[in-house]
Amino acid sequence: MSDASSTPLTILVLVKHVPDAQFDRHIDQSTLRMDRSESILSELDEYAVEAALAIAEERGGPKAGNQVIAATMGGPKAVGSIKKALQMGATSGLHLNDETLAGSDATATSRALAALVKYAGNVDLVVTGMASTDAETAVVPAQLAERLEFAALTNASRVEFDSAASALTISRDHGSESLKLSASFPAVLSVTDQANEPRYPNFRGIMAAKKKKTEEVTAADLGLDASAVGAAGSGTEVVSAEARPARTAGTVITDNGQAGIALVNYLAEQKLI
Amino acid sequence: MTSALLFFTELTQAPSKAQRELLTLAARFDSATVALTGDISEEATGIVGSYGIGRILQAPAGDGFQDHEVGVLDAAVQTVNPQIVLLANDSFHREVAARVAARREVGIITDAIDVSADRTVTKDELAGAYTARVNPVADLVLVTVKPNSVEDAPAGGESAAVVEPLEVAAYASRLQVVGREEKPASGRPSLGEARIVVSGGRGVDGDFSPVEDLADALGAAVGASRAATDAGWIDHDFQVGQTGTTVSPQLYISAGISGAIQQKAGMQTSKYIVAVNKDEDAPIFEIADFGIIGDLKQILPQAAEEIRRRQS
Ligand SMILES: Cc1cc2nc3c(=O)[nH]c(=O)nc-3n(C[C@H](O)[C@H](O)[C@H](O)COP(=O)(O)OP(=O)(O)OC[C@H]3O[C@@H](n4cnc5c(N)ncnc54)[C@H](O)[C@@H]3O)c2cc1C
Ligand SMILES: Nc1ncnc2c1ncn2[C@@H]1O[C@H](COP(=O)(O)O)[C@@H](O)[C@H]1O
Repeated sequence: MSDASSTPLTILVLVKHVPDAQFDRHIDQSTLRMDRSESILSELDEYAVEAALAIAEERGGPKAGNQVIAATMGGPKAVGSIKKALQMGATSGLHLNDETLAGSDATATSRALAALVKYAGNVDLVVTGMASTDAETAVVPAQLAERLEFAALTNASRVEFDSAASALTISRDHGSESLKLSASFPAVLSVTDQANEPRYPNFRGIMAAKKKKTEEVTAADLGLDASAVGAAGSGTEVVSAEARPARTAGTVITDNGQAGIALVNYLAEQKLI
Repeated sequence: MTSALLFFTELTQAPSKAQRELLTLAARFDSATVALTGDISEEATGIVGSYGIGRILQAPAGDGFQDHEVGVLDAAVQTVNPQIVLLANDSFHREVAARVAARREVGIITDAIDVSADRTVTKDELAGAYTARVNPVADLVLVTVKPNSVEDAPAGGESAAVVEPLEVAAYASRLQVVGREEKPASGRPSLGEARIVVSGGRGVDGDFSPVEDLADALGAAVGASRAATDAGWIDHDFQVGQTGTTVSPQLYISAGISGAIQQKAGMQTSKYIVAVNKDEDAPIFEIADFGIIGDLKQILPQAAEEIRRRQS
């Protein structure tokens, strides 16, 4: 075994606490921010947790000293998402919880998260989801890579970890091409829902999570000035957010053997053909 | 004076529909410049000029992945000093924009559906459930625009754009491209840009030919649900939805798809939605302008035949 393959890894997985998409989601008209009362670990970040755990396991898992830190930036309740990641198998939590962070756009979010990664110290790999299901920007991972000067292995539909070489190879789509990209640590890895099948927390995981530690930090602890985060640190400002009129059901017919013709008549009436 | 910069990584042929939409938007500003990686055809310089855009800054194509393009866009931003940069909304261009935004410490706005001359950006939020207006607070903002958002309308410039070389510093990439495979071309319109999309789900039961046949009769793109792509009946590239392509065509025909939240997230801003499903309680009917309860294997071929009959 080479030296690299026996060195324990520090992996930081970013989990976002987001409004549950199974319910109607709202933007509050007085603050123009999302109603976050019914929130959960972003469905797409479960794939990130799974990828982080799988890579750590290739190295021998927590027993061999590998750490998977579940980190989030969000209000007091966001600790719920860390808890879920700990139940899945992450080794500790890191919660950036500070009122001044509310209203951060992507650029301000990535600035704060980059500071959080540096605070965690000696991180080899940052794993993220492909997009947050609330902001849906899918840009925070690329911005983090840029800020941290890490390789940007983004939108991975497949991840292979070569433990001996400490290198990752991913597959990703790129227009009409399918690419394989390879990089060694440090790196940012964002994974799509094709990359793996996230595990469910089992009873042992749930019990073990109760003993795991979550550290809570503020923006000041990370050396971030109040003007660098939240609305003050953002490059964009939301001035209005209007609900689109809900789509309603139109005409529904039952096929009597001629529905294909009725379909074409409908398209012709609407001048779609 | 507000100046706009457009960024393209492909202009060897005539601009695509989505590129033309971006040219239309850029022409709304006092001045506009195109930054490009790779070769440009004479036809393309003429077409760029026809939008009243006179200047193209050209850098060589990159052979790696993304790092070169980030460097080119950043160099073009420093050369032109624009107040707004417009790019395509796909993951590659979003990430290029995002990285330049981080370098310059400015904002990035994704999923834009309109941009006005005062830099107010209209965009979709929560998968199209909301429409938001967002303003930049700095002197520069990067915006990625969804296809099919604006009507293509050349402003009527007469002369071809002038191509100037753009100097870019060599870059050190942190990753290597170790494999590159061209995917087979379907010959159909691209999913994100198409005016009409016909999508099939688990209800096609392994056979996409009724969906493809109706798509071809309509000159449409083919789409799919994740159940269909996961089953391996069709490539992931065709998946519509939260983790696939977001589409906003004039017409979306959904066949054998139940209408799960993640599917709706990718198609609910379509102008017209037609659904074919044999279950009258399928949630897709709640958002369909025209619904047919029945078997897609009967209805789709009949519709395709009827369209061809009327065309001939
Ligand atoms: C993280 C995550 C991301 C996801 N992302 C996406 C995404 O991007 N896109 C997406 O589509 N899904 C996505 N999904 C999956 C989504 O939740 C649904 O499971 C999926 O959309 C179901 O596909 P379906 O409608 O084809 O299948 P089903 O839900 O099984 O529906 C099949 C439908 O076909 C009908 N049917 C059957 N036979 C016929 C027939 N002969 N004629 C007519 N109708 C027939 C049935 O009545 C039924 O309504 C995602 C899920 C997760 C967890
Ligand atoms: N506030 C946050 N806390 C933790 N992770 C985040 C946060 N915002 C974004 N991320 C991570 O970045 C990914 C992409 O988010 P986005 O760019 O907002 O679509 C998510 O899947 C998360 O892994």
